[in-house]
Amino acid sequence: MKRTFMKGCEAIAEAAVRSGCRFFAGYPITPQNEIPEYFARRLPEVGGQFVQGESEVASISMVYGAAQTGTRAMTSSSSCGISLKSEGISYCASAHVPIVYANISRGGPGVGTIQPAQQDYFQATKASGNGGFRMMVFAPSTVQEAADMTYAAFDYAQRDRNPVLILADGVLGAIIEPVVLPPMRPDEEVSAMKKAQRSWALVGHDPAKEPRSFIEPGHWSIQEQEQSCKDNAALYDSWEKDAQEESLMIDDAEIVIAAYGISGRIARSAVSLLRKDGVKVGMIRPKTVSPFPEKAFDKLNYKRVKAILDVEMSIPAQMVYDVRLAVKDRCPIETCLRSGGEVIRREEIIASVRALSKA
Amino acid sequence: MERNIMVAGFGGQGVMVMGKLLSNAVCDSTTQNVTFFPSYGAEQRGGTANCYVVISDEPVGSPMSDTVDDLVIMNGPSLNKFLGKLKPGGILFINNTIVKDAVSRDDVAIVKAPVTDISLELGNPKVLNVIMLGVYIGYTGILSEELMLATILGQLGKKASLLELNKTAFARGLEIGKAAKGK
Repeated sequence: MKRTFMKGCEAIAEAAVRSGCRFFAGYPITPQNEIPEYFARRLPEVGGQFVQGESEVASISMVYGAAQTGTRAMTSSSSCGISLKSEGISYCASAHVPIVYANISRGGPGVGTIQPAQQDYFQATKASGNGGFRMMVFAPSTVQEAADMTYAAFDYAQRDRNPVLILADGVLGAIIEPVVLPPMRPDEEVSAMKKAQRSWALVGHDPAKEPRSFIEPGHWSIQEQEQSCKDNAALYDSWEKDAQEESLMIDDAEIVIAAYGISGRIARSAVSLLRKDGVKVGMIRPKTVSPFPEKAFDKLNYKRVKAILDVEMSIPAQMVYDVRLAVKDRCPIETCLRSGGEVIRREEIIASVRALSKA
Repeated sequence: MERNIMVAGFGGQGVMVMGKLLSNAVCDSTTQNVTFFPSYGAEQRGGTANCYVVISDEPVGSPMSDTVDDLVIMNGPSLNKFLGKLKPGGILFINNTIVKDAVSRDDVAIVKAPVTDISLELGNPKVLNVIMLGVYIGYTGILSEELMLATILGQLGKKASLLELNKTAFARGLEIGKAAKGK
């Protein structure tokens, strides 16, 4: 397998193109600028379109429009830019328009810092816009996962006709590491995938021969809206099977770390070092944070597990609420947190685990 | 085995390129895990710039570390700022054309190379990073000279006129690194 040395942002963009993405619109913001930069160069090579919009709202709206034709379409931004796009994302969810977007997130609310953090967990998993919609949210912890998850995200988006989010952070956007890129889908396959969306997409139907398509982000009838909410709820329930996680050394673990994304990879190396020292520590690393891999926590032996250590680059902790729902009071839950752009240190995680292990 | 490396200097000295070339060569020519992580923010020519490279047999956890095994210092301010990060027994590489301050530690190996002077002598100040990369490889031997040079020429040798210059720059660095190792 050929390894390519690639930046996280660029791997996301290349994987999207390989998955069949042929439209991207975005607006500059650190630390995700390499995504639009890469698309600007790459999309014309495959007959796709790149637009730098005049704003975040304009670019998500263009993606909303492009995806309505069945074209695989994407946007990206960072934290406060994602907030600006939330109106359009809610429209996509309401109108059942499949898009993929990436949040290369930064530290803190408002403008925050431009450094890496995981402060957008609630926004990503609970309320990415108004109206109570949900999305599948992938949380890569390596450039390889960023590429693989982006590639798969377009399939999930079109399967469900719903937005899918890649939730990453400034480290993963800026880091360069080896990646084995997923295969390039040939043009014929990309066209076939687009044609497969014909029944609902706005591609010009002859009303004499087939039903016309109609897409709008709301309903005039209360009954229709309630039914739509029920259909959405059924879709969200169906995602239980799609939850993904990495469970590492949990069989004899007395302390189990829960961490995702950048924190997850740093925690993994902490687990590796602690194990060499004989500390019985394991890890559950959600790869999808929505749906949250609750069942992985049922596999723990709570007679042995003394505590869960929730590790996040967010203050206050956010994922810890999902961990609590999954653990169901079967053991104590502690936290190990950094934020504001401070990347959590492996040594800090090791110290927290040792403290719990001795307690 | 995990090796943490930091390269620091002025923006414009090719600090990022040096880190990228080293890590790219590891990706190209070994099966080891490797990460490159740049400082980012308001970086500009003349400001400070630094990057981290981690090379490891296991998957790399944090791409940046509080302590490093090798520290490459291209300018004075970086020496003061980052010397404390170098582990006892670590290796300090210094561009001593510019960095004149005495090193306040005696628990590390010090390799001095006047890379700015040599780059000017070669007629192009931009190659100081390739010279320093030669020094680094010559001293540490973490990659073979041939494999490192293949990546340098692959990445920087798109103009034929620059091929020889980069080859010479790398060779000059190697000499210094090997000589320092031999002492």
